[in-house]
Amino acid sequence: MGYNVDENGYYGKFGGAYIPEMLYPNVEELRENYLKISQEPEFKKEFDDLLKNYVGRPSPLYLAKRLSAKYGAKIYLKREDLNHTGAHKINNTVGQILLANRLGKKRIIAETGAGQHGVATATVCALMGLECIIYMGAVDIERQQPNVKRMQLLGATVVAAESGSKTLKDATNEAIRDWINNPSDTYYIIGSVVGPHPYPDMVARFQSVISEEMKWQLEEHEGRDYPDRIIACVGGGSNAAGSFYHYLDNDKVELIAAEPAGLGLESGKTAATTAKGKPGVLHAAKTLLMQTEDGQVVEPYSLSAGLDYPGIGPMHAHLFESGRGSFKYVTDEEALTACFELSKLEGIIPALETAHALAVLNQLDLKKDEVIVINLSGRGDKDLETLIKYI
Amino acid sequence: MKRIKEAFEKKPDGLLSIFVTAGFPNLNDTVEILKELEANGVEMVELGIPFSDPMADGPVIQEASGVAIENGMTLKLLFEQLKDIRKEVSIPILLMGYLNPVMQYGYEEFCKSCQEVGIDGAILPDLPLYEYKKEYKDLFESHGLANTFLITPETAPERIKELDSLTNGFLYLVSSSSTTGKKSGIDGTIDYLSRVKDMNLTSPSLIGFNIKDSESYKIACTYSNGAIIGTAFIKAIANSNNFKTSIKDFVSSIR
Repeated sequence: MGYNVDENGYYGKFGGAYIPEMLYPNVEELRENYLKISQEPEFKKEFDDLLKNYVGRPSPLYLAKRLSAKYGAKIYLKREDLNHTGAHKINNTVGQILLANRLGKKRIIAETGAGQHGVATATVCALMGLECIIYMGAVDIERQQPNVKRMQLLGATVVAAESGSKTLKDATNEAIRDWINNPSDTYYIIGSVVGPHPYPDMVARFQSVISEEMKWQLEEHEGRDYPDRIIACVGGGSNAAGSFYHYLDNDKVELIAAEPAGLGLESGKTAATTAKGKPGVLHAAKTLLMQTEDGQVVEPYSLSAGLDYPGIGPMHAHLFESGRGSFKYVTDEEALTACFELSKLEGIIPALETAHALAVLNQLDLKKDEVIVINLSGRGDKDLETLIKYI
Repeated sequence: MKRIKEAFEKKPDGLLSIFVTAGFPNLNDTVEILKELEANGVEMVELGIPFSDPMADGPVIQEASGVAIENGMTLKLLFEQLKDIRKEVSIPILLMGYLNPVMQYGYEEFCKSCQEVGIDGAILPDLPLYEYKKEYKDLFESHGLANTFLITPETAPERIKELDSLTNGFLYLVSSSSTTGKKSGIDGTIDYLSRVKDMNLTSPSLIGFNIKDSESYKIACTYSNGAIIGTAFIKAIANSNNFKTSIKDFVSSIR
């Protein structure tokens, strides 16, 4: 059984493109072109050049000695937090903006939750001189003001999503509606491995640079190109997809996904999709989804706005159902503890999203010599206002 | 399925179909609205299955969907409410909605329940064509359920022909590339509508999205067998305390 996408856009029984006819030409155009364009030598050259000289790649693979000493294993941190704009999100937006350019699109739209993907999109739009409209839930606009201002400073228009619960899923609905209403000149940069095929595969490919670098970096450090375990947090799942990508079929590597349990799995305030969801269709993909018995989408909760999504990318739904991935659940409180711990042990303040991956260390039975890579997907500066309350 | 065919035979020009969200404005209004629509000469009805994330709909239908969910409407309850509908209403009734509530109800159960209460067709815009062909076409047809496909100004001619050959209901011509109720009228898309008309398709067709008054209704009737009105109707009954008069007024304002 394969763990990557098949030719019809499915990961096992998940994925596909559940789109209304209004979106069919847009998605079809992308499906026909994304592989062809992204594999052209000229495209690759430009992509690699931007990743190196603009984003600052390769990101270091850092052996965290004090953290390792505490947990009794060899723990490496893949420093995506050191990328330009402070998270892994930029890897994907650089790739997609180059694709949009080649498709001749002049107007870029995107959804954002915490604002990280919005900032990464506004950044590459400024770089390319393209119009940029970011949809963001009205509630998120309130609680993530610094990122709203950053996007505006970069020249983007931030539009409040006032429908539904006014958070990430509603921002996504609004971006899709915009795309329906502007079918020819607009390109939609989705920020995670969600949405209709080919988005999950395309985003995973652009993020796969993370595990591509991990391979040669581990070879340098450890004399073998794989770790025993990789841990990454999962909201939609793009940083996890990128750090698992080149190890999907290497069964020597345990792939661990950290999902947000919020206030606890049984609290009713959670975003742990694999624990609480069942198969359904949202944002044009079949995946695991938190929903009522009647099929209405349930509003997720996590202290971390970047993990606050009621679904999960179809790749991860398949990793869960097939047993290839290990899924762990981390509460707000455990994430906060892990965030403070890394700050004090290593002098690195991680994003609250990333802190969920770090907290998993407490749930593992670790061996002294084993090699663990934690994908440090983003930095915690954006969470300062939240963190201050707990110092 | 049969009732849809007969409706087009009886009224090949200017057929009026009304879309209304089930369970809106109040939980138990749906049956009464259906009766009033038939009494006022409306030839077909599409009942919207409410969904929390209606991505192809504009603000008015989103709002109606949210109100209906708040009211407690579910697909299960809707079938209960429609249990005896065929004793009172004889015009074709279609269910229209997003896939997820149908998927959770179960495709086979959905088809069975439709057949039991006398639903004639389904419009599920986010059910992919390949999946319908592969998995559900036979199931739908064996329960007398006509599946209806959407066509937009961007749909390629070969695809229009394929959809034409696959439907056993009618083709739903989306008037412009937009969400529901978005644009001010349909006169900007005459080229597309006449292009489709000139294809001489075998299935009947109705034009929907952005039909809101007698003028746009008349244009729609020129290029197809009739029109579907949703947003404008929902606005008309949203604050009504007497469906008899508000529905009568609405239908007579259209034709």
